Amino acid sequence: METVELVGRKLELDADGHLKNLNDWDKEVAKEFARLEGIETLTDRHWIVLEFMRKEFQEKGDAPSIRKLTKESGVDTKELYALFPKGPAKKAAKIAGLPKPKGCI
Amino acid sequence: MSDQIEKVSIVVSRGSLEGVYPGLIMANGARMEGIEATLFFTFFGLDAIINNRMDNLGVATVGNPAMRIPGGIKMPTWLGAIPGMSKFATVMMKKEMEKLDIPPVREFIEMIKDAGGELYACKATVDMFHLTKNDFCPQVDEIISVGQFYEKSAGAQIIFT
Repeated sequence: METVELVGRKLELDADGHLKNLNDWDKEVAKEFARLEGIETLTDRHWIVLEFMRKEFQEKGDAPSIRKLTKESGVDTKELYALFPKGPAKKAAKIAGLPKPKGCI
Repeated sequence: MSDQIEKVSIVVSRGSLEGVYPGLIMANGARMEGIEATLFFTFFGLDAIINNRMDNLGVATVGNPAMRIPGGIKMPTWLGAIPGMSKFATVMMKKEMEKLDIPPVREFIEMIKDAGGELYACKATVDMFHLTKNDFCPQVDEIISVGQFYEKSAGAQIIFT
């Protein structure tokens, strides 16, 4: 089992390098994951996306599609890619402490 | 990092709904993963970016032995030629796609563009069909030759659909 030491805690990761346990996540963990992905500071706009993703995941069992994200979170596609330059699907889910999204869209 | 795909160049050559979507899904999926994506529309694939055609693409029901009727029973190929059959199949497919959150062609093209994807039309086909830049949706970057396509595809995996 792969683990990573962040914010003074040992956290378990899944095969994709995402958090294994949803409950290990908090804002400090998110900040650390963001830094590892090259995002130095999480702005209010980042948090809107991250919190929307977590809410969707808890309700539906999967991270939302980009289309749903842009339609319902208030952050449009362009901004989404600006906030998470290396791909919002993978990176935002990782920072939000969620597994890699299963959907294709 | 070197064994990861960093750039894809996708050729869309068909103008039916089922001919266009795989390329769009792959391009959008690439951007979602942080992979650079270029779309090159050629021959009937151009219909996906022609302003007054892109909202009316249909499923090809003629000559398609994989066609099934709702319920999963194989459809005899000759049935595909019945008037209204393509329309019916198109409505059904669009309904199923909407359930999966797959956007209509125009919205999908906008999404891919906003995601940083590039869209090009094939010059040979544009000339052959007597089209101009004004016939295309505003998301189209440029009309380019096959040579320019290869230049823009440097370092990319080229995928033909």
